Amino acid sequence: MTSVLTKKNLLILGCILLTFVLVQVLMSVGFITSFHEITLATICINIILAVSLNLVTGFTGQFSLGHAGFMSIGAYVCALIVMRFDSVAGFLVGILAAALAATIVGILIGIPTLRLKGDYLAIATLGMAEIIRVVFLNLEITNGAAGLSGIPRYTNWFWMYLFVVLTIVLINNFIRSSHGRACISIREDEIAAESMGINTTKFKVMAFAIGSFFAGIAGALYASYFYFIKPNTFGFLKSIDILVIVVLGGMGSITGSIIAAVLLALVSTFLQSFTAVRMIFYALVLVIIMIFRPQGLLGTKEITDLFKFRRKNERIE
Amino acid sequence: MPLLSIEKVTKSFGGLTAVSNVSMHLNKGELVGLIGPNGAGKTTLFNLLTGVYEPTSGSIKLQLEEEKNPRELGGLKPYNVTKTGLARTFQNIRLFKDLTVLDNVRIAMHQNIQYQLPSAFLHFNKYHKEEDRLKEEAERLLDIFHLAHKKNELAKNLPYGEQRHLEIARALATKPVILLLDEPAAGMNPQETASLTETIKWLRKEFDLTILLIEHDMSLVMKICERIYVLDYGMLIASGKPAEIRANKRVIEAYLGEEVSHA
Ligand SMILES: Nc1ncnc2c1ncn2[C@@H]1O[C@H](COP(=O)(O)OP(=O)(O)OP(=O)(O)O)[C@@H](O)[C@H]1O
Ligand SMILES: [Mg+2]
Repeated sequence: MTSVLTKKNLLILGCILLTFVLVQVLMSVGFITSFHEITLATICINIILAVSLNLVTGFTGQFSLGHAGFMSIGAYVCALIVMRFDSVAGFLVGILAAALAATIVGILIGIPTLRLKGDYLAIATLGMAEIIRVVFLNLEITNGAAGLSGIPRYTNWFWMYLFVVLTIVLINNFIRSSHGRACISIREDEIAAESMGINTTKFKVMAFAIGSFFAGIAGALYASYFYFIKPNTFGFLKSIDILVIVVLGGMGSITGSIIAAVLLALVSTFLQSFTAVRMIFYALVLVIIMIFRPQGLLGTKEITDLFKFRRKNERIE
Repeated sequence: MPLLSIEKVTKSFGGLTAVSNVSMHLNKGELVGLIGPNGAGKTTLFNLLTGVYEPTSGSIKLQLEEEKNPRELGGLKPYNVTKTGLARTFQNIRLFKDLTVLDNVRIAMHQNIQYQLPSAFLHFNKYHKEEDRLKEEAERLLDIFHLAHKKNELAKNLPYGEQRHLEIARALATKPVILLLDEPAAGMNPQETASLTETIKWLRKEFDLTILLIEHDMSLVMKICERIYVLDYGMLIASGKPAEIRANKRVIEAYLGEEVSHA
């Protein structure tokens, strides 16, 4: 089983390409309108955000309320670069710089705050994200509260989809590696993990850094799609939004995060015509799901578990 | 020089001295018992040896055969202690409950993993080779405890005795030189205890281990330990061969005292 070209991998690749082509075709025949496209962009960006936060909170068990902070760093870095170098190359360099900048800040913030646990960590990450927001609010280069506008648009279906797939594949691979299992062991029992040779501080910071990396990419895609960013776009409520997707989908299920991101974006779009009651409905949907599925829609299950189940049945002796 | 030397180790929690000026040693290949009434400080001593606590004073030295100078373990982080060759089980089982039996063992193998972060993300050939090796090794360990067929079950779904076994398998997966077992027979019935006794004896030979064993079950301790240390109120009150310990007045008093207070 050392080749990447297994039947399963080819099947997955086929599905990935098929989805891409399908959406592309629907867009070109006008079935997906430019109005729908905004929902599509929201879904893609939220998937990247939720899957990366799930690594930190769902898999490693470190409650973070600051994910939007790292997204904002990515958004500003990419925006500033692509505004200066208005080209696809500039955009790609912008994404890379966005991801790296977010990672660096993630590591710097992670090292002191990840010593804290539970509620304390949540509050500390919240505070850090607020600090990031206030910094952007006061910097000259980011144009303060007015924000940056007229950011060239390079984010399109192709790039969004590419980065969604990359995020899912890379984080999924990581979780299925020894390093990923080390992260999960921290969630399960930190003392036992440490006693089994796991440097828990290192892996917490690692998970946090990886999470920040992808949040930075999400921010970059956001900036170059919506033309306009301001510090308040990435406030506390945005962090909560991402956390809601993770909790709703299931802490520790990548599939769950994807499904929840799609579902919530659709619900939210559908409710847009009922502006007055929109937020009440949205909250109601959340409350109902959490009452009936407190572990989230998928718990810790993944779509691949379906295949495992079948194989297990075949092997009964 | 002994493999492990505990020299005048003390641990205080505020006003309470849980371990008081204790000196002990383990020679290579020995199976040593550590007994004492409830609250005597046995588990605290394990926590000191494994880096969960830092000694208030005293030192813990590990002299590996292949190294010239002894290493000081006191004050090391638990994962570094494990790396130098000490592994433990917990009195109150601390498995990764919601993970599979196989994952419990594989996590303990992480410190010897042979691939880096890029392979973790991109699953290069090295990843597959190494994961195959890991799985094989883990299954071999599980086999010793007759758990291989349950490798895909969640640890929390195993019966109590098997959870204790899995904890030992997990500790062995770190490739220890010294194995610390904290009441491995607690909650087991006599047959299970008897079979565990055999397993521990066999493990010591097979894995070339030095074992320190905390146990309340005297039949087990007296049967397999070559030497025994006795703690009471944090102090070492006796040490010697099982027969000597059984005849020791202070030990009898300590245990009688406990029974009287429990009555
Ligand atoms: N973290 C801690 N903080 C404060 N006191 C502690 C701590 N850990 C242990 N103690 C105290 O130290 C003493 C020794 O406890 P320890 O758990 O080492 O006993 P033990 O010999 O393992 O007992 P048992 O046979 O019941 O397991 C007890 O009085 C206990 O309450
Ligand atoms: Mg104890």
